[in-house]
Amino acid sequence: MTDVAVAAVKSAILLGILLTACAYMTLLERRLLGKFQIRYGPNRVGPFGLLQPLADGVKLILKESFMPANVDVLVYWLAPALSMITALFVYAVIPFGPEVMLFGRPVALRLADVDVGILVVLAASSIGVYGIILGGWSSNSKYSLLGSLRSSAQLISYELALGLAVIAVVLTAGSLSLVRIVEAQRHVWFVLRQPLAFLIFLVAALAETNRAPFDLPEAEQELVAGYQTEYGGFKFAMFYIGEYVAVVTMSALITTLFWGGWQGPVLPGVLWFVAKTLIFVFVFIWVRATLPRVRHDQLMAFGWKVLVPLGLVNIVATALAVVLRP
Amino acid sequence: MARLGVRLRQGFAMLRGMAVTFRYLFRPPITIQYPEDKRSAVQPRFKGRHWLTLYEDGMERCVGCELCVIVCPSQAIVVKAAENTPEQQVSKGERYAADFQINELRCIFCGFCEEACPTGAIVLGREYELASYTREDMIYTKPMLTEPYPGASGRDPRREV
Repeated sequence: MTDVAVAAVKSAILLGILLTACAYMTLLERRLLGKFQIRYGPNRVGPFGLLQPLADGVKLILKESFMPANVDVLVYWLAPALSMITALFVYAVIPFGPEVMLFGRPVALRLADVDVGILVVLAASSIGVYGIILGGWSSNSKYSLLGSLRSSAQLISYELALGLAVIAVVLTAGSLSLVRIVEAQRHVWFVLRQPLAFLIFLVAALAETNRAPFDLPEAEQELVAGYQTEYGGFKFAMFYIGEYVAVVTMSALITTLFWGGWQGPVLPGVLWFVAKTLIFVFVFIWVRATLPRVRHDQLMAFGWKVLVPLGLVNIVATALAVVLRP
Repeated sequence: MARLGVRLRQGFAMLRGMAVTFRYLFRPPITIQYPEDKRSAVQPRFKGRHWLTLYEDGMERCVGCELCVIVCPSQAIVVKAAENTPEQQVSKGERYAADFQINELRCIFCGFCEEACPTGAIVLGREYELASYTREDMIYTKPMLTEPYPGASGRDPRREV
């Protein structure tokens, strides 16, 4: 019984921290983009603009909740929720730190140690694609439909590359469980043993989260707002926050799979985990500030003709190395 | 598919681009945070608030010809001309502007009135903070527009036109 209570408290804390962190990630992105472009980001609402996410949230919640004509009502409401839930769901299997002693009992700093943890992650992101497809389809609008089609094609293509990079990591670690993958990096982080897989994962993660330079589905110049066109108010907020949750999720995964997770000298594991995740969030924003958008055909060609073959070659080489290891 | 060397060079080019943006992180922002900070001075030919200028001796330059009224693209100016009498000589010509109103909300600050004026009476000055709370406040009348003393608009009162 106490196990359930502990898990419930951990979930509540995690959810609270995550949602706040992702709301503030929007502010971080806007301030950082400003710094990259030698201008100021939002700094008027509250000191250093710290109340900006609150103001944005209040604005979006108070907006008129409209629904265009002829939408499929249930699906229209479901799509953004699906996007956000699947993005948050991944955190159930990510280890944030080693076992600590809290209030006299050993507490594992993770929600669940699933034997097939990495499969849960891939499955969740696959279901997340449904959120986008359904959002575009149910909006009953051409722009939305085209945007969602482009986006889902992009997502399923790069999920393949993501999976191939993950397989290489799994081969090296010898387990699908994220907890064991982190433990397998005790001596050497996987980025040094699998540099190619890291690069493939990084590029595929950028494409999976619809971030620049792969943000064609949200290209305002072409598709208004793509599949989000017909969404306003709170539903749009859910898509928006879901996207930033996905960015933090991918950063957390990169940390876990390649950069040792919570391991590090001196400081407590959680701090290392947060620091490393923030560094990768910074990298995501840095890439967005620098690189121009990739055309859709270039994107698909790159995903299928470059990343997938590279991933396969990497897997073969890794498998050989694992088999021939003494 | 281009050769591997080309692709590698393109990849490195992307990294160099990212190095550029990284360097920009450490530059101070070039934004001027209005209203706490303002530009020290506007450009010499800045088109701001209108003034009806005076000659050096204090006589009004406006002769009530209404050319500015005709040329204004937004029809923002209204002029009522009156005759100069020997007792009351306001301007150096035959007529003067008894009533001169500019609707600053209609005005597009193009400067055509300044170009059209034959005596150089109407000029666009340097003030740009003209905001107000009511539409009525933004209709500038002749007392508001006339220079309090020659040269208050920033233009030389000894100029010919």
